[in-house]
Amino acid sequence: MKFQGYRRGNGRVGVRNHVLVFPTVICAAAVAEKIAREVPGTVYLGHQHGCGHLGEEQEHMIRAMVGSCTNPNVAGVLLVGLGCEMLSAELLGEKLRDAGQRVETITTQEMLGTAEAIGKGAELARKLLEETRGAQREPIEASGLMVAAKCGASDTLSGLTANPALGVACDMLIKEGGSAIFTETPEMLGAEQVLASRAASEEVRRRIWEITSRTDDKIKALGLDIREAEPSPGNIEAGLTTLAEKSLGAIRKGGTTPIVEVVDYAQRPSTKGLVIMDGPAHDVVSVTGMVAAGAQVVVFTTGIGTPVGSPIAPVIKVSSNSSLYQRWQGNIDVNAGSILDGEETLESMGQQLFAEILEVASGKLTKAEMLGHREFAIHTIAPTV
Amino acid sequence: MSPDLLVVDAKDNVATALRPLEEGERLETKVGGSTLEVTVSEPIAFGHKIALVDLERGEQVLKYGEVMGLATQRIARGQHVHVHNVKGPETRRDGS
Repeated sequence: MKFQGYRRGNGRVGVRNHVLVFPTVICAAAVAEKIAREVPGTVYLGHQHGCGHLGEEQEHMIRAMVGSCTNPNVAGVLLVGLGCEMLSAELLGEKLRDAGQRVETITTQEMLGTAEAIGKGAELARKLLEETRGAQREPIEASGLMVAAKCGASDTLSGLTANPALGVACDMLIKEGGSAIFTETPEMLGAEQVLASRAASEEVRRRIWEITSRTDDKIKALGLDIREAEPSPGNIEAGLTTLAEKSLGAIRKGGTTPIVEVVDYAQRPSTKGLVIMDGPAHDVVSVTGMVAAGAQVVVFTTGIGTPVGSPIAPVIKVSSNSSLYQRWQGNIDVNAGSILDGEETLESMGQQLFAEILEVASGKLTKAEMLGHREFAIHTIAPTV
Repeated sequence: MSPDLLVVDAKDNVATALRPLEEGERLETKVGGSTLEVTVSEPIAFGHKIALVDLERGEQVLKYGEVMGLATQRIARGQHVHVHNVKGPETRRDGS
């Protein structure tokens, strides 16, 4: 099975050809945003980090930022720094170059203020666009793809239609030699046993218990019990009874193959196959993390409807019910509710989703892309100082 | 697939209502290869669950072929299965 993609160095393959304008710190964000506005065709990534990170959060932030900027959908990056920040353009630039990424940097404090930084930055951004715009798509095996599976604004049908259909598509991609990744550790609680029984090795089994227990403990340390907060009142009204039931429905989106690796937030997997990333269930934070881990395409199931996208990876929206699809046709790419209408089976819907993944990987725009949804948010793990 | 009820896995002892169910309705649903008949014994909302078999107190409630909870009281076939008669399964911390 093949798609039309971009071959990057070191054997990786992209499905988009973005030039990013990336502030290394929030203090450089306005300059970066104005540069991107002056150079149509570039993509601005706003965030509020880059300074004041305590302890291991610094490495965590670097991993997320470097991962985002070296996703194979990115052809080139303009890093915009301030100068005195923790994560400077110089520091990140070196890491991007080491990873084989085409990068230019600009540091605002070395310029004569905002105006000059924008002018110089725009020049560099245009140079990157010119260098990279000629890249051609070519036939590439589907094994080069890593798809991120996500569910959000779920309803009682998400676990019965859209998630298992996405699971079928993930199984198909993995059979082709590709990878799928899913996260949302809080939505694994109650389903740990099922996931652990699918671990490809003792180490993966141990890691699954480690990340789920740690998440449970963190919530308990706040004096809360997730089993009292979840399922939420809305979930219960919709018919979900226990946290385990919610989790069992959520993990279906990853399919049924063995779990080959457990990675940290934004960490690149070293193995092909089905991978779990330890991370929160927050929609934008989790999508950002999986894209930073290298996913080129995101498939996002929803029952109530959420419009979020990604600045780096196309996000395919799948509705769990037909009434959402009818109301939200401008946002939803595929309607898995048709399974309940008797038009499709889980199997045929999974095949349709897999075909959609290959088409989107080959350049077909998703609804989220057409609408300009470029949400981006990095997980924080420590208080900011 | 049945337009009234959805059973995910052949091991399941509950089904999800795909429309609001009325007391006294007799429904058929496929479970694995066979057809199972169930009479609805109380109103059940869309998206909520109905017992496909009699469940004793403490018995495992199965959906997706897995344990989603434990019955906190006897649940008769055809009854509404929800927070009033099911609690979450015991948490295990190490898989041992």
